[in-house]
Amino acid sequence: MSPAPLDLLQGTLDLLILKTLSWGPAHGYAVARWIQQLTGEVLLVGEGSLYPALHRLEERGWIESEWRLSEHNRRAKVYSLTNRGRQQLRAEAATWGRFVEAVTKVLRANAQPA
Amino acid sequence: MSAAGWRRYLRPIWPNWRAEVDDELRHHLDLTVERLVGEGLSPAAARAEAERRFGAVAPVRDACLAIDRRRRRRLALADQATSFAQDFRFGLRMLRRSPGFSLLALLCLILAIGANAAVYSWIEGILLRPYPLVAEQDRLFALAGTERGTPGHTALSWPDFVDLQRGSTLVQSFIANNITSTTLSVGERAALIPGGIVSANYFDAIGVRPLLGRGFEPGEDIGRNAHPVVVIGYRLWQERFNGDRNVLGKALVMNGAPHTIIGVTPEGFAGTFVGYVFEFWVPASQDEVFDPTGYKQDDRAARWIEPMVRLKPGVTRDQAQAELSALTGQLERQYPAADRGRGVMLVPLWKNPFNGASLLFPALRTALVVAVFVLLIACANVGNLLLARAFARRREMMVRLALGAGRGRLVRQLLAEALALSAAATLGGLLVAYWCRHALVLFFPTRAGITFNFPGSVDWRVVVACGAVCLVATLLFALVPALQTSNIDLAAEIKAESMVGGRAKGWVRSGLVLVQVSLSFVLLVGAGLLLKSLQGIRRADPGFSTNGVLLTSINLTAAGYDTTRGRIFQDALLDRLRSQGTIASAAYARIPPFSLKPYSSAPIAVDGYEVPSDQQPTAEYDEIGPGFLATIGIPVVSGREFMRDDDTASTPVAVVNETMAARYWRGTNPVGSRLQVKGRWMQVVGVVRDARYASLQEPQKPFFYVPLRQHFSGFVVLHLRTPASPESLGPALTREIHALDPELSAGELISMRTQVDRTMSPQRAAVALLEVFAGIALLLAAVGLYGVLSYVVSQATRELGLRMALGAGASRLVRLVMTRGLILAGVGVIVGVAAAVGVTRLLGDLLYRVSPRDPMVFGSALLVMLTASVAACLVPAWRATRVDPVQALRLE
Repeated sequence: MSPAPLDLLQGTLDLLILKTLSWGPAHGYAVARWIQQLTGEVLLVGEGSLYPALHRLEERGWIESEWRLSEHNRRAKVYSLTNRGRQQLRAEAATWGRFVEAVTKVLRANAQPA
Repeated sequence: MSAAGWRRYLRPIWPNWRAEVDDELRHHLDLTVERLVGEGLSPAAARAEAERRFGAVAPVRDACLAIDRRRRRRLALADQATSFAQDFRFGLRMLRRSPGFSLLALLCLILAIGANAAVYSWIEGILLRPYPLVAEQDRLFALAGTERGTPGHTALSWPDFVDLQRGSTLVQSFIANNITSTTLSVGERAALIPGGIVSANYFDAIGVRPLLGRGFEPGEDIGRNAHPVVVIGYRLWQERFNGDRNVLGKALVMNGAPHTIIGVTPEGFAGTFVGYVFEFWVPASQDEVFDPTGYKQDDRAARWIEPMVRLKPGVTRDQAQAELSALTGQLERQYPAADRGRGVMLVPLWKNPFNGASLLFPALRTALVVAVFVLLIACANVGNLLLARAFARRREMMVRLALGAGRGRLVRQLLAEALALSAAATLGGLLVAYWCRHALVLFFPTRAGITFNFPGSVDWRVVVACGAVCLVATLLFALVPALQTSNIDLAAEIKAESMVGGRAKGWVRSGLVLVQVSLSFVLLVGAGLLLKSLQGIRRADPGFSTNGVLLTSINLTAAGYDTTRGRIFQDALLDRLRSQGTIASAAYARIPPFSLKPYSSAPIAVDGYEVPSDQQPTAEYDEIGPGFLATIGIPVVSGREFMRDDDTASTPVAVVNETMAARYWRGTNPVGSRLQVKGRWMQVVGVVRDARYASLQEPQKPFFYVPLRQHFSGFVVLHLRTPASPESLGPALTREIHALDPELSAGELISMRTQVDRTMSPQRAAVALLEVFAGIALLLAAVGLYGVLSYVVSQATRELGLRMALGAGASRLVRLVMTRGLILAGVGVIVGVAAAVGVTRLLGDLLYRVSPRDPMVFGSALLVMLTASVAACLVPAWRATRVDPVQALRLE
């Protein structure tokens, strides 16, 4: 049994969606599965936040959608990254890196600063 | 059912969007079910588990739908903007294709919008935000003193000013700001330069930081001549000190006293006075150096401060006024001798009584109304042109309609075309306003070498206002033609190229011309009334001679004379001048008639005159030399005027005017009785005829004179009675002055006529503005009339041809066309008369002894209007007689 899944921080989900779509177009279910599989089921993506997030990203022009026939001949709404989305991903990834680094530094500190 | 329920019920109006989201979510559920089945669950259990994991579907769907809706709305807006831009570009192309029409319409609109923009820029730059670089002028107000029982305003005394400052909680700062001047040599020339005597908080309170150095420090405004420091203006710094950055600490000698330069104001700052650009500022402690009436900081009865206040943020004028009135009530009880009956009044900057704003306010108010009239006339004109064009473009519109263009789309495109027109005109109008921003100064002649400054300012507020005018104008002139065009009856039009629709349009067009004629008539009447008042003012008798009197100022204070030397100089100069053959008499006065400078004013008391307990009578007076009244031609009614031996060695004396004698002595002759001025008793030795003292429009008021020899001033104005002209006498005067002091020069030598005329600048400005605007309006109306009649003739070609074929003579045809035109003009004039009777009252103060319904003026306006109408009708009438009946009938 894996440890209890973690809830996602607002904004982090956007970053993860952009990242998964950077590999190629995908529908909502695939995005959710990929995130769960990659994090070893640690991060649980609730549908309640996934779909509004997808629509919001589309509104901002970072991703675009299209109805396609999926592998099982089913109609699926497939999202893909736009150029602006790619830029956004780069920017947010960098910010995230700096954030993690900063938090880690604090957590690893041995002594109270003078 | 709840509101949400209803909404859900109604949503199928947009079924696609909702279904898409549903499909997307169902797809997710289906895939989850498949995975769970793959993991070994039964299909039913898998579906239950998937639905459990997903949770409530409705909120997710609603959230997605809301986001999608927002996105679609934004896209639609962008789409509309794009299609409007297309229409706009198309409109511009259409305008370019008919340059004649476009140019005419553009000209009309540029004239009208330009007139509006110019007036707005003047109102903005002179009345609303008159002080360049000064922060938050919305919170600035003038603080005027009031006197119970006496209309008008007064200045404030320093002690009252300080007490108000101490007591007020709603006013952020009290700012003393008096105009003064000094003579400085700048470059090659000696020039009179205006400056400000200010309280120490001045620069902090108005939010202007000196470019170099500092402003004044607290306390620098108190103590007789205690703080000889000066902040100089950018131009003075550049011209006199060549922009030297080491100017701080240097001395600037003003009126004989050295002042240390402590700061330089930034470029563009002009002080806080409408009408003049200030170039130096000294603290109020230096008052005595600039004003010979001396240091007055301790004198509660000396009212000389002309203050402004800055209210705290969020405080209304009424709140502050209430607080200040309570404070003046306390002062009245505390200091009855000086403050009985005295109050204060907060006045918005655009009515500031202490500077040139009040000079221009009536003219600009009139100009605003007139500009709106001109705009309406121009809109009517362009509307007419558009209607004529719409007729010509019937085929184009028909083809478009036939090809399936929606009527709405057609209207939108016509409006875009009109907007392109007025947008171009607005740009042109703003340029016109920018060029005209200094035009008002032209009506204000230079005084004593100082140029007036009434700058318009084309700032973002003016641009926004003009944008609004542009939109409103577009709707006004384009909506009716656009709607009419889109209303084409396709079937009827295609069947026969008939005149259907021409008739209805004819009515609209005639209506528009009617509006133009009546509005221009109102403007003509207004211009006529102002012109008549100006003539009336010119002819009015000021109570002294305007012919044969010359005057010039002699500033001994500025030249560093003390009282003793000053007296000697003044006497010696008079002696020399009297020996000149051409000069009949010569005399000094501290203030000449019709000066911008205020007279002295003091509380008075008269033996036997009972004063109501809540009032303190005051009167204005002038300090004059012996023979002054005879020199400028004010007749003595009783007693005598001052003589050379009415000086410090003899009894104090005074001469009163007839109004003063009637009010305070009630019909008995005051000669021989006593008058108390500022607590000092004087013997009344004469009564003189009333005169006008500051302007021709002022009411008769009590006024008196005291001898200059008992109240010395080093800054006086010399009055000469002589048949000579200023040009011919000037050299002799300079010679005599230089014989006494080669360094000293007098001010500009002008005739009394010029002096009086200069006070009429506001009227002249108003008349000129109104005449220009009325001229434009008349032209536009005539063009409109001409256009409509030409159209009538061209439409009636067949009818005319028929009449001619049936034997109608040319004269009959002319009569026919003329009658139509003149009926139109006649009805317009009748409406115009009615409107003018209602509107001309707005001219108010600008009218001088002219009834707003003056029949002469109305008659002349009628004559002008009819002449213009006949002229506008003649060409179309003549064209009607040239109709070739054969051609006309064949046209069918």
